[in-house]
Amino acid sequence: MGFPHQPHPRETTVLSKYFGDADARTLDGWKKRGGYKALEKALGMAPADIVNVVKESGLRGRGGAGFPTGLKWSFMKPGDGKPHYLCCNADESEPGTFKDRELMRWTPHALVEGCAIGAYAIGAETAYIYIRGEFTEPLYWMEKAVKEAYAAGIIGKNAMGSGKRIDVHVHKGAGAYICGEETALMNSLEGRRGNPRIKPPFPAVSGVFGMPTTINNVETLIAAAPILLNGADWYKKMCLSNPKSTGTKLFSVCGNVVRPGTYEVVMGFPFREFLYDLCGGPLHGRKFKAVIPGGASVPIQTMDEAEATLMDYEGFVEKGSMLGSGGVIVIDDAQPMVTVIARIARFFAHESCAQCTQCREGTAWTTKILERIRDGEGTMEDLDTLMDIAEQMTGKTICVLSDSCAVPVVSGINKFRNEFEALIQGRRFHPVNAAVA
Amino acid sequence: MAEQKMVNLTIEGRQVSVPDGTTILEAAKTAGILIPHYCYHPGLPVAGVCRMCLVEVEKAPKLAPACASTVVEGQVVHVHTDKALDARKGVLEMLLINHPLDCPICDQSGECELQDYTYQEGRADSRYREPKRFNPAEDFGGDVIYVPNRCILCTRCVRFMDDIAHDPVLNVSERGDRALIGKFEGRDMTHPWAANVVDLCPVGALLSKDFLNKARAWELDRAASICPNCTQGCNVMMETRENQIVRMRPRPNEEVNAFFMCDWGRLNYRWMNEKDRVEQPMVRNGSGLAAATWEQAISAAARVLSGKKVFVAASAMLSNESLFLLTQLMQGGSGAFRVQEGEEAPLAGVKDLALRRERAANVYGAETLGFKKTKDLLGGLGQGDALVVAGEDLADIDASALSRAGTVVVISSVLPESARSAAVVLPIANFSEEEGTVTNLRGRVQRFTQARQAPGETRPSWLVLGDLLGALGKQSNFFLPSEVFAKLASTHKSFAGLSYDSIGFKGLPVVDAPSNGQNAPVAVGAR
Amino acid sequence: MTPELVGGLESPDYASHDHDAHEPYAPVFTGDVRRELDELLGRYPNKMAALLPALWIVQRERGWVPEEGMVEVAELLELTPAYVKGVVTFYTMYHQHPVGKYFIQVCTTSPCGICGAEDVVKAFLRHTNAGELGVTSPDGKFTVIEVECLGACGFATPVMVNEEFVESMTPDKVPDLLARLT
Repeated sequence: MGFPHQPHPRETTVLSKYFGDADARTLDGWKKRGGYKALEKALGMAPADIVNVVKESGLRGRGGAGFPTGLKWSFMKPGDGKPHYLCCNADESEPGTFKDRELMRWTPHALVEGCAIGAYAIGAETAYIYIRGEFTEPLYWMEKAVKEAYAAGIIGKNAMGSGKRIDVHVHKGAGAYICGEETALMNSLEGRRGNPRIKPPFPAVSGVFGMPTTINNVETLIAAAPILLNGADWYKKMCLSNPKSTGTKLFSVCGNVVRPGTYEVVMGFPFREFLYDLCGGPLHGRKFKAVIPGGASVPIQTMDEAEATLMDYEGFVEKGSMLGSGGVIVIDDAQPMVTVIARIARFFAHESCAQCTQCREGTAWTTKILERIRDGEGTMEDLDTLMDIAEQMTGKTICVLSDSCAVPVVSGINKFRNEFEALIQGRRFHPVNAAVA
Repeated sequence: MAEQKMVNLTIEGRQVSVPDGTTILEAAKTAGILIPHYCYHPGLPVAGVCRMCLVEVEKAPKLAPACASTVVEGQVVHVHTDKALDARKGVLEMLLINHPLDCPICDQSGECELQDYTYQEGRADSRYREPKRFNPAEDFGGDVIYVPNRCILCTRCVRFMDDIAHDPVLNVSERGDRALIGKFEGRDMTHPWAANVVDLCPVGALLSKDFLNKARAWELDRAASICPNCTQGCNVMMETRENQIVRMRPRPNEEVNAFFMCDWGRLNYRWMNEKDRVEQPMVRNGSGLAAATWEQAISAAARVLSGKKVFVAASAMLSNESLFLLTQLMQGGSGAFRVQEGEEAPLAGVKDLALRRERAANVYGAETLGFKKTKDLLGGLGQGDALVVAGEDLADIDASALSRAGTVVVISSVLPESARSAAVVLPIANFSEEEGTVTNLRGRVQRFTQARQAPGETRPSWLVLGDLLGALGKQSNFFLPSEVFAKLASTHKSFAGLSYDSIGFKGLPVVDAPSNGQNAPVAVGAR
Repeated sequence: MTPELVGGLESPDYASHDHDAHEPYAPVFTGDVRRELDELLGRYPNKMAALLPALWIVQRERGWVPEEGMVEVAELLELTPAYVKGVVTFYTMYHQHPVGKYFIQVCTTSPCGICGAEDVVKAFLRHTNAGELGVTSPDGKFTVIEVECLGACGFATPVMVNEEFVESMTPDKVPDLLARLT
């Protein structure tokens, strides 16, 4: 629901129903709200059946890539004699995204339950919830919930009396955006620098501690519980547009908008109504100029594109962007685009793990040029150079952080070139710099 | 061993067949195609970070890192398409944006892969207009200096210390463009194999203190040799400038030293440059040792040795060839040698590779040829026997033992103080000045070539000994060390079947080598 | 929903840290803290995986992660100090230098940037007397830094004061917050 605001009638609150409800944070409160019924049901099912239900539901990864969850789970081969691991990616660091934070601090037990279901489904006895270090409040509530769940025998040696061992541990990150990348997360969990790994091997073959591993986003795991309780059909029917995108999705909205917050809508919801009705539209006297709909690493949309978008995986791609993590950054006409984009580039330059050349050097170089243009010291050649660097940073590195930095630059220059040019042309001719350039 | 499955693919239009699991980069090598790379090194685990080795694989959506992509049946790989070249050009430009471009004062210049590939494939100019980052140079301890401004973060050094030396004293510190190679204050690169990081570094970021500012790479002459400093027999390049050895670096040999050599061996080359040499043959006359011609000296030596039982005090630094010829000189006598010892220092990540306890090149060869390894060098010298001192410095030898000798002939590079009473002195080349073979501790016979010119009238030891045998009336007709070796191979069963041609520059085990060389070391590759 | 709950830990804990770097280093992992580490080790199949948690403990106990702390952790987890340092320098939340009693991190990444985060930073610098980013105020109380996305973009501008998360900070709320930090 439109937390921290009143829920909007057009929202469909499945996962966000209890945001702001302090009682739902406790074990008793959670149970009163139907908590752990899904886990109980799951433990009575064969793991393969759980995987099938999730497959059937059409649930796709909510972290950004949108990979079908059931399919991902089915990669974990039962009975291979190796310990399996479930990692919950709670390293929510994509600028503009804060939905997992709300999920964890308001419904921590939902995540414990989701982890336990996921672990059981993939044959893992251990699940790690990797939470970014800055999330002190979610960490606090998650640790408390895990402790309560252990004390109540819901997880542990004999989870809910099923005879199955399911351990859930909270692991605290220490400040690194890149640890949200699944292989970097595994490295970090192992006590290494958060460097992404080369794939293959894929995590399902050799993941954390070299063992078969599945990594799921917080929202994905939490969604598994209602799917199990209500059935795949119930979930699949929640779909307003493309049948490949099902269920509800949390969108966290921020930037220059009247009601920033976390909203839950059914996949395929019209983005225009979302922005103007649910989120309250632009601030007084301002106009929307652009939207970055899926966290800082997806292409920027013009308002024409955004207003024609249906909010699902395919819908955003159709209109020049991506659903990503569902972090909607709204930019109004008071914001200079060059400044916005330069700041995004600086973020990626700060977070590059330093492994791949194009990323280590390219993110910093891009930032320096953009900041120079921002400060009125740019040249027209800089725009070509930026586009060329972006090309070098796309599709050539171990992970996509480098691509993520290039994306807003390319879409920004393509869609808001006039703003770049105005800054460049407003610069007075300066013989010293002209000699350099 | 099960039959290895082979995979067939096409690289740059050439058909290649390689074992399953081979990387595209290694497969290309077999077809003589070098795919440019920095972080990849065949002796280290794959990192895949420099992104220089990107190649185009038909039907693949993205360029593939050749070092981290294993071959697939039927694959068609292009190394030099516009797309691949453009990607590598991009990497090169990025590697150079913060690079100081101080090649004129950089030790690596001339043997720098950043230079080489930039000339080959890079842009002629840079579009970088911003300030370059700066970090001060740092002493890493041991023989190593780090110049971070030149570093391309390929992490070869870190991987060597972690995975090969098993002494993780280096790290990648910080992240993003602030990243650099770091170490912990007070924990230096004191590992006995640490200096290998200097060789591994593809650019001028890790430098040898010993070699610092000594020579430009293009001023060096290089000779394939064997490190003479212990029984491991690491394959090396001896590099000279103006006839002085200024550097020894490992030469890859997977059977012996993989890609590495120890610091002790590497830095212990000055003795071969020493100037305190005998440079002229000498014969004793009434007033002492006097300069003589080679003919005079050889006949004088033959005269004093003729008909005598000869005891040879040899050095285990001598080649198989020379030691063999010395055995021919004994005339019923015998020979012995001593060997300096030190602490063994293994390189953990490579099987059977260590700085060995015995610090001489040819202990195995000497023993095989019948020389007795002893601490009492002259113990076998009988009263009145002739003593031939061959390469031995006679340090700490009791004068009374020496006085048992009826006559003394010195065949050495340096005249030992205690052998100044010798009847004849024949000056020979030292290890770096002649060609020959030595046998390492696993019985591997390895060739070394001449790196420097011998001083004065000095001659190669095998030539001197051949001439001496001839003067003694024994069959001797050697014009090349290979001929001496051929004679050795036909005489001694251990060396049967071997020849310079078959040994080549990677060596071969003697016939009766322990476990016939099956325990050859293998570099630890990908974990 | 209710502002009181937003950002509210049950009991905000402002540990008072002794930041004197000149005092001899006393091992962190003794007694209860050692037992805490042992419990952590039980969660992972190897010792190295406890590195991040162990470093967190050092920072909690010492206020920062001194090199001696890295050595201590390295020995306990059978790693080398260089390795540990490589990890420490990767993650931005480990302090490699002593910081003020209150370590204030202001998010200035784009979503907050377009909502006026820069002004919040300026207000903090002015009112804490720290003057400059990363510099501790003369009274030793405050260190202010800009931080990349804190993941609370809808509550611009989020600020972290040590372990406490403060949402929706504006320049005019800064003096009140600082007054609370004694």
